[in-house]
Amino acid sequence: MFRKSHFNVRKFIYDGFDKDMAKVVFEREGIWDCTTCSACLNKCPKGVDTLGFVTGLRQLMVEDGRIPPPIRDALKSVSTHKNPWKIGAEKRSEWAEGLEVKNISEGADILYFVGCTPAYDARLQKVARAIVEILKRAGVDFAILGNEEGCCGSEIRRMGDPWTFEYLAEENMEIFKKYNVSKVITTSPHCFNTFKNEYEGADFEVQHYTELIASLIQEGRLSFSREIGKTITYHDPCFLGKQNKVFDPPRKVLTSIPGIKFVEMDRSRERSLCCEGGGGRMWIESEDSEDRLAKIRVGEAMDVQAEILATACPFCLLTLEDVVKTEELEASIEVLDIAELVIKAL
Amino acid sequence: MEPEEIRIGVYICHCGINIAATVDVEQVRDSASQLPNVAVSKDFKYMCSDPGQALVRSDIEENDLNRIVVASCSPRMHEPTFRNTIQQAGLNPYCLEMANIREQCSWVHEDKASATDKATKLVSAAVAKALLLEPLEEKEVEIKPQALVMGGGIAGIQASLDIADAGFQVYLVERDPSIGGHMAQLDKTFPTLDCSACILTPKMVEVERHPNIDLLSYSEVTEVNGYIGNFTVKVRKKPRYINMGRCTGCGMCAEVCLLKGRIPSEFDLGIGKRSVPYVPFPYAVPSKYTIDAERCLFLTKGKCGKSPACKEACTADAIDFEQKEEIVELDVGTIVVATGFDLFDATEKPEYGYGLYDNVLSGLEFERLVSSSGPTQGKIVVGGKEPRDVVFVQCVGSRDKSVGNEYCSRVCCMYTAKQAHLIHEKLPDARLTIFYIDVRAFGKGFEEFYDRVREEGVRYIRGNVSDIIKKGDRLMVMAEDTLVGEPIDVEADLVVLATGIVPRVDVKELMRLLKISQSPDGFLLEAHPKLRPVDTASDGIYLAGCCQSPKDIPDTVAQAKGAASSAMTKMAKGKVKVEATTAFVDAFICRGCGRCVEVCEYGAPELQEAGQGVLVSEVNDSLCKGCGACAVICPSGAISMKHFKNGQIFSQIEAVI
Repeated sequence: MFRKSHFNVRKFIYDGFDKDMAKVVFEREGIWDCTTCSACLNKCPKGVDTLGFVTGLRQLMVEDGRIPPPIRDALKSVSTHKNPWKIGAEKRSEWAEGLEVKNISEGADILYFVGCTPAYDARLQKVARAIVEILKRAGVDFAILGNEEGCCGSEIRRMGDPWTFEYLAEENMEIFKKYNVSKVITTSPHCFNTFKNEYEGADFEVQHYTELIASLIQEGRLSFSREIGKTITYHDPCFLGKQNKVFDPPRKVLTSIPGIKFVEMDRSRERSLCCEGGGGRMWIESEDSEDRLAKIRVGEAMDVQAEILATACPFCLLTLEDVVKTEELEASIEVLDIAELVIKAL
Repeated sequence: MEPEEIRIGVYICHCGINIAATVDVEQVRDSASQLPNVAVSKDFKYMCSDPGQALVRSDIEENDLNRIVVASCSPRMHEPTFRNTIQQAGLNPYCLEMANIREQCSWVHEDKASATDKATKLVSAAVAKALLLEPLEEKEVEIKPQALVMGGGIAGIQASLDIADAGFQVYLVERDPSIGGHMAQLDKTFPTLDCSACILTPKMVEVERHPNIDLLSYSEVTEVNGYIGNFTVKVRKKPRYINMGRCTGCGMCAEVCLLKGRIPSEFDLGIGKRSVPYVPFPYAVPSKYTIDAERCLFLTKGKCGKSPACKEACTADAIDFEQKEEIVELDVGTIVVATGFDLFDATEKPEYGYGLYDNVLSGLEFERLVSSSGPTQGKIVVGGKEPRDVVFVQCVGSRDKSVGNEYCSRVCCMYTAKQAHLIHEKLPDARLTIFYIDVRAFGKGFEEFYDRVREEGVRYIRGNVSDIIKKGDRLMVMAEDTLVGEPIDVEADLVVLATGIVPRVDVKELMRLLKISQSPDGFLLEAHPKLRPVDTASDGIYLAGCCQSPKDIPDTVAQAKGAASSAMTKMAKGKVKVEATTAFVDAFICRGCGRCVEVCEYGAPELQEAGQGVLVSEVNDSLCKGCGACAVICPSGAISMKHFKNGQIFSQIEAVI
């Protein structure tokens, strides 16, 4: 069996047809299993908004106070610290110390929106620093928001709290307006997606950092001087690939690195398998006892003899790397962000 | 001559309760009777009924009425009816004006007082225009007794044969080297299991032999001008680089071709291979060879060995590398469009792995695989082995908003059932599974066939397949069995996708060529979905087969016969009346600027010399469709539309405000 959760969105819709939907969702397990990857939405032949339905059901849970403690803590943390990781807002830009990154108040062509996880998580801070280094090497005029940066709200919305999401969206757009931001790049496909598709009235352009790097390479503003003699495969983050059809720029970046042998997994692009990190699942485990999807995914990468499993999403990086560590696979495969590979080859 | 006294008869229709429930018809009738020149004002239950029409006729006689206003439904519905009625009573048919108090009033309003008020105003506007109506003469044009049939699939073949059998000349234009279309590619047909080729070939041969059919194969229609009865058509005959008169179809040229067996056969969808000179399939009509100019080494590179082997091998001296394309002009009275369909491109559904895995086939590819005339002589072999587990996926590209096709392709349920039956017949031990959303077995003998296939042991699972992935050298098909609400995985060595029917990729070009439109699903639009399913909005142009909507062979044949019959009715009559509501140029005002010529879609206005260097526009009534574009663009106001003159329209507006 290749599916793990018993969560069945169709069953919820069916059972809630002539009953009180709240009762149906309160009695049923599995509502927190969904990773909001959008595989079902993309495939639904009748265009049913399954994702909107799942977040709506979670909203019913939140309204009724039936919130699992880890989700509750994450939501609360966003209200108090402007991030779901329960760390103070004043520590948000500690990762950039010593890097001499401009603050947006000085003005810049591009705002680099770092995101909560790359700002606070020690593993992901490496990725943020790599991105800064790459942009500097390419001579891009960019800046960050520093401690003024707050959560984008993507995951908050998907945990069933549209109110806080609205608040965050308005606040972020006001800050962007204050500094005349016209173009934003993000580390995370989740921030990218919500800015691009869910911020109503947004008047700024948004790109994922892989798109920017791909065009910098194409324009000749970045060139590589070192080879990476490894076999590399790429895991498509759902919020970048499935949901926004950004399939080629990450691959263009990888294939332009000298010395690499690029291989595709059986499930790639639209067919990619979710890592299970989206939709609030970074904060709550699934209720089932099956193998994690990330474990299956790492297995698929090893099936194609990849020595490096590259990705371009903070959540994917953490979930996949976690499997490599817990399964003690470090000798066979390494999980790296595309930015880290680029910096190695510059 | 004394101007005649205008005497108007006004008739308010109840339309049962369609109008009368929302509009106080008596009140409308009474206010109309007060209007100037209204001699008679009456209401009636159903004006379009025989007694309703008789009432109008007798009033015309008894009260010397010379203008009639009918307040009822849309003129699209009954204007022809009432024009006919007043003509029978001796009036010119254009002395009729209709007020639409149903679609534009009673059906869209709820408040009776306001609806009555609006109906009263609409009637006074109609009366105001009736005062200014002028009798108009309809012209008659001749219909040439020749028909153009576009497309040589089963629809075009059937339409051509019927029209030709009735004694009219037919030009059948087919873009491929052979007629036969998609039907020629099918193995057996559902639900009767007739061999497709066996029932098609006699008709193809009949087309070739018919004295009234001129077959232009490997040809394309490039230009269509004119109107019903008098279309002029340009056809581009592509060079075959083979002299058709000399070629005996022996096949020696293909035998010796340097690229023999290296070019994917279009007919076998790339599963089989061919040479540069080819006939698409053994029973092709015409049974002559064509040199594939894009692949030919001699034609593309100017060199093929020492000299082209095919030319040396041809004992009939039929190969002619100097051949050029030819433009043929045809005059026809009617046109039947039978351009068929394209198969849905399954790579648009990446989850099925089509194009990625060799053992995922489209429905049509499977037809070639299972066909005894196909590349494997009908042996079902995939990757060198006979499959043990075969999965069929229904609704691929049909009923699917995610790819923009909301419609049902109507043939896939049954062709899948048939394909499962064919595998069962050839490989009785194979395990067969069909994933479906709904099974639509609506035709004659369909449900019985579906039952038969299930009784043969084919497993039907209700659920849309979500993913097909690799599992070793086999495939894993993943779905939800929606009858039990549980996920299900089925391993397979062969997956057949029930790929649906989509409009031809060049449908827009065809629409431009013929000035016809498409429905929201992308297929060509019929004039009325129920009552005129083979006509188009352009007179003299008829639709047959899958160009209009997905359909199976019997429905296609029936529609082709319908289209042929419509074309024949017109050609048998020999004459047709054209609308009198055309554009009219006042030669004294016209400055000859030519803007009307530029804007007209139908080529109706033309600049004529009217004395020394003075140009004046003249409108050809037969070409004019009365759209009014020229009247709007005319900077000097020289052009007016008969029946819709400025004065007539303004009087209507004044009556309303």
